[in-house]
Amino acid sequence: MGREVSESCVDSLLTEMVSSYCNSFYANKPDLAARRIEAIGYQVGHQLSERYTMDRPRFGDHLEAIKFICKDFWSELFKKQIDNLKTNHRGTFVLQDNRFRWLTRMSVEPTPESPDASDDPESKASQATSMHLYFPCGIIRGALSNLGIPCAVSADISNLPACSFVVRIKV
Amino acid sequence: AIFASVERVNAELFTLTYGAIVRQLLTDLEEVEEVNKQLDQMGYNIGIRMIDEFLAKSNVSRCVDFKETAEVIAKVGFKMFLGVSASVTNWDSEGTCCSIVLEDNPLVDFVELPDTCQGLYYCNILSGVIRGALEMVSMKTEVTWLRDMLRGDDANELQVKLIKQVPEEYPYKDDE
Repeated sequence: MGREVSESCVDSLLTEMVSSYCNSFYANKPDLAARRIEAIGYQVGHQLSERYTMDRPRFGDHLEAIKFICKDFWSELFKKQIDNLKTNHRGTFVLQDNRFRWLTRMSVEPTPESPDASDDPESKASQATSMHLYFPCGIIRGALSNLGIPCAVSADISNLPACSFVVRIKV
Repeated sequence: AIFASVERVNAELFTLTYGAIVRQLLTDLEEVEEVNKQLDQMGYNIGIRMIDEFLAKSNVSRCVDFKETAEVIAKVGFKMFLGVSASVTNWDSEGTCCSIVLEDNPLVDFVELPDTCQGLYYCNILSGVIRGALEMVSMKTEVTWLRDMLRGDDANELQVKLIKQVPEEYPYKDDE
């Protein structure tokens, strides 16, 4: 059993990181804030996958690497595996976690895009949720990139508390 | 036992996330001094929220004085959140200033500071957390680093100085 810290340490650190970038540094530039948050996740994912694959043979193909993310990697981070994996066999993978831990504490519903989004408190809330999701997206992208797979990762939360991560491998 | 009562997660995730945040802050804020300030501020914000969880879950009874408070932070607080315990030493004669010494600190696992980071208090978030948490229980403190393992010292030592104890204000007033 490896070393552990309380879950609230990680939760509070992430909350504080997101709020620093969104509210203090880049209050009016959400896309810059998002990029920084994703970059932090990327760094973490890259280092974690380096550590977790140290004693493994290389993965034979993309699917094997993705399966590693769904099983071993996800279990290390969340004590559970990804619940559902889909692929179109052309480089797109959808990893669904039915109860994504980092969202279970957020009480926001995603709002469908509305034209006058900026003043609506609900859309502010959903914007905050999506800011939080840049971090795990970055983690997945960093982990795969360490395994030699360049990709783009986005998150879909239309079925809360389930969260789907869409991985598009770059060819 | 206290650590067994909270939800726990992989410490590597925490350690590496903290490291990545510090690194990104160094890039974005450029000045080491600004990063120190930002980490302290983030810690403060965390501390003022964490105290609630601490009081709710730790079952500690009211501390009679600052001495007891410091012991509780070191023995119960650090244990509950970081899974390590710290010790309290170097009390001044008035009992208002002491050191919290942390020999084992998950924040600095796998960390080595390059020369370009001189002046960085890497763990400055911790001092912020303590300051924020104590402020919520009516104690204004000043928290400074005396020893830092990342700067070659043999332990992490935080000096906690009680500046003033704000008397508790009761929320009720006599009706007019």
